[in-house]
Amino acid sequence: MPFIPHTEADVREMLATIGAKSIEELFDEIPQNLRVQGLAGIPEGLSEMEIGRLMSERARQDGRPLSFLGAGAYEHHIPSAVWAITTRGEYYSAYTPYQAEASQGTLQLIHEYQTMISSLTGMEVSNASLYDGGSAVAEAALMAVRAHRKSKSLRVLVPSTVNPNYRRVAVSTAGNQGLRFETVPYQRETGCIDFAALAAFAGQDIAAMVIQQPNFFGQLEDVDALTDWAHEQGMLVIAAVNPTSLALLKPPGEWGTKGADICVGEGQPLGVPLSSGGPYFGFMTTRMEYVRSMPGRIVGRTVDLEGRHGYTLTLQAREQHIRRGKATSNICTNQGLLMTAATIYMSLIGPAGLAQVAETSMARTHQLVTALGRQRGVRQAFTGPRFHESVLLLDRPAEAVLRELESQGILGGVDLSGDYPELGSAILVCATETKTDGDIERYANALGTALQAVRAA
Amino acid sequence: MNQILEKSIFEYSRDGRGAEAQHPPALRGAVASASKEALGAVPAALRRQSKPMLPEASELDVVRHFTRLSQLNFSIDTNFYPLGSCTMKYNPKACNQYAMLPEFLSRHPLAPDTQGQGFLSCMFELQEMLKEVTGMKAVSLNPMAGAHGEFAGVAMIRAYHRARGDLARNEIIVPEAAHGTNPATATMCGCIVREIPVDAEGDVDIEALKKAVGPNTAGIMLTNPSTLGVFERKIEEVARIVHGAGGLLYYDGANLNAILGKVRPGDMGFDVIHMNLHKTFSTPHGGGGPGAGAVGVSARLEPFLPVPVVGREGEGYRWLTENDRPQSIGRLSAFMGNAGVLLRAYIYMRMLGREGMSRVGEFATLNANYVMARLRAAGFDLAYPNRRASHEFIITMKRQAKELNVTAMDIAKRLLDYGFHAPTTYFPLLVPECLLIEPTETESRETLDGFIDAMVAILGEASSDATKLKAAPYTMPVRRLDDVRAAKQLELTWKPVDSAA
Repeated sequence: MPFIPHTEADVREMLATIGAKSIEELFDEIPQNLRVQGLAGIPEGLSEMEIGRLMSERARQDGRPLSFLGAGAYEHHIPSAVWAITTRGEYYSAYTPYQAEASQGTLQLIHEYQTMISSLTGMEVSNASLYDGGSAVAEAALMAVRAHRKSKSLRVLVPSTVNPNYRRVAVSTAGNQGLRFETVPYQRETGCIDFAALAAFAGQDIAAMVIQQPNFFGQLEDVDALTDWAHEQGMLVIAAVNPTSLALLKPPGEWGTKGADICVGEGQPLGVPLSSGGPYFGFMTTRMEYVRSMPGRIVGRTVDLEGRHGYTLTLQAREQHIRRGKATSNICTNQGLLMTAATIYMSLIGPAGLAQVAETSMARTHQLVTALGRQRGVRQAFTGPRFHESVLLLDRPAEAVLRELESQGILGGVDLSGDYPELGSAILVCATETKTDGDIERYANALGTALQAVRAA
Repeated sequence: MNQILEKSIFEYSRDGRGAEAQHPPALRGAVASASKEALGAVPAALRRQSKPMLPEASELDVVRHFTRLSQLNFSIDTNFYPLGSCTMKYNPKACNQYAMLPEFLSRHPLAPDTQGQGFLSCMFELQEMLKEVTGMKAVSLNPMAGAHGEFAGVAMIRAYHRARGDLARNEIIVPEAAHGTNPATATMCGCIVREIPVDAEGDVDIEALKKAVGPNTAGIMLTNPSTLGVFERKIEEVARIVHGAGGLLYYDGANLNAILGKVRPGDMGFDVIHMNLHKTFSTPHGGGGPGAGAVGVSARLEPFLPVPVVGREGEGYRWLTENDRPQSIGRLSAFMGNAGVLLRAYIYMRMLGREGMSRVGEFATLNANYVMARLRAAGFDLAYPNRRASHEFIITMKRQAKELNVTAMDIAKRLLDYGFHAPTTYFPLLVPECLLIEPTETESRETLDGFIDAMVAILGEASSDATKLKAAPYTMPVRRLDDVRAAKQLELTWKPVDSAA
């Protein structure tokens, strides 16, 4: 029996101890009419050899195309040690560290993670992870409304330069509690939040504003001015950031005069594979004054009976297993193993390595945009500084061009026509440190060919 | 003897050291000039001035540090882990290996469906298998944990009532023994929580339920078998009462392992369920996630399922989105949830197959009833002595607490010294001094006997040397920790000065 170790003798003797004639008898409290007769829709079991063959075939079907996709999930080099250690059974098959004495490894690792991510974002405290970047924005909005001492407003400004899927998750997660998300348009020239449009919200009672840096288009927002403006209006500032970019860009804790209040983001770039969208992890850091409003697990250092240092889950009175209906969130299981991978990644890559990853990604994207821009019918949508993504406008429908590229084994970018129809035919492209001169040249040539093919069709 | 503690990763750090094999190659030629231009375009005001405090350590130091830390943990791979309500069963290695094939890992979430037919076929078949074992009409794989699935479920219940113009229904009924996530979820969905009691035998108090339902009832959230470790025998009557009042039934799948292959939530009358794939379908707990909380629904709730959902068209598969499901409660994650976890659950289900799936509930129940019978014979008090155990059961140390001043916590901590992870303690809240014990089906009789022997030995110590238990554990990396100090003197990040302490 797969994964069940009982011999016939075991079963016989165990039933005798229980005083039951059969295993069947142990289910005698379940009404007979409810009992299921077999599971006809489930196939026969497979041995490990057979499932291995099946999965390898399925994987082969998907192939490994040359990808220039970003839009919230980024291809980076992952050191071999990251997953070799992360999948050790002692991390992989442990539970949430409620029994602190038997979980010091996980607890100390979380504490080290909290230290690293707090420093990277320039904030004072961190939790132990949320589900992903999208749900982290939603939780940050709920937290801002809860933590705001002077405003009872349920309104949150979420500019259209914030990842559209993050905005969707925020609405579906926080909308039920009455939060209202209001958008701010971007400026067509720069692809950044339109300051003139912000003026319409001046003087109003609004709980918080989300600022994504780099924004969804890859452009860099004027975070100092935006943060100061939001604070002048009495709003809390929620920063949504890419952790890789923070090796080069000003951390949210230093934005404007006072710094952002809550910082969140998608942790995937820190050693987590793309894997069709998950599991990833969301990170959240904040000022010490808001720590009691923060959702999720938090680890603190303390001492044991003998006065020696040890680690434990703390401030649990915020959480659902204690506070039930009055908890800061219903979150329980989060994304611990991905946070584990990220901690090992940050330890291996170090401050210098992370800066090199960020710089190289930026340079490769610059190279890519320049090379693609040389093709007839391609131009950049926006001016101004950017990180490692950029929007390109095509003189032919993006969908058709991307399909042509796909037939050449290239995933050329994310079609923006659904979320930003005003841009016309637009694609979001990304290159990271994993791309070479040869990859970029291959894409540039393929794009020329693809555009030609679409023109001819 | 205490193990040697591991110093902080930051204490390995030296300026200028690093795992340089992991750094991208130095920039030369075209990319170097591109770098100058790109960086040059970023105004100084937007740039970072200070170095982030990340370790500067060699690869070997990092590997050694995190390997040593791992050795301070209990885990399923190293210890019996009878944590009630958590289903800590063996996580087969094949599930990890084949979910981590390079093509799966490197697939971008926004890659077109045509570049993911292998992955999508697994997801579609997973949806179908989950429908089959739960008796539900449709499944969405999006939620990333049990509580996330609960959120999706209650949000669908609300959306259903709203779509019918039934706007007053905002109350969620929850038995007092429920997981804390149930009331917390109801609140997150903008609902009001009404708790109802259970009777002396652990079943829902039907009279209290009748009084609680009414025109404001949105639904009831039930775990069955309940958190008390017993099957809710009056489930059909509960369903009649709630449905009769216009409410819907929500099934918390935390304890699905107990009944897998024996009885299905859909057949019990539930309208919406979540499954903890990291419990019943053996994906790893990862020291606090990732989980996966797939939701299943009856026909009337199908339009409200969170998107995306995998659909089959002819021989191919594609994501169905908001465009296909305009009444959907929307997206719960930036992409499609914990894909890699879902692959592991798929592999597990295919390995077990039809017969293996039915055996899960049988042997989980056999193991629980065996441990319960032997502990009862050894003098432990059962919280529900007249009931069968489901896949778990509760003992209460109320008597020992009074007579010997030995608490459930003391037993739990002492078990660690015997090499066993503690059962769930102090949950459910309504049983005083309780230990909730769930052995799971993957444990051998010898392991169960070892655990029982340890429990009996500890009960003996409780009578002969209670003070010894009060100070347990003795053999762990640390002794009992000062939780009050942890919460009062918050030390939430490592500070350089600490190394001197």
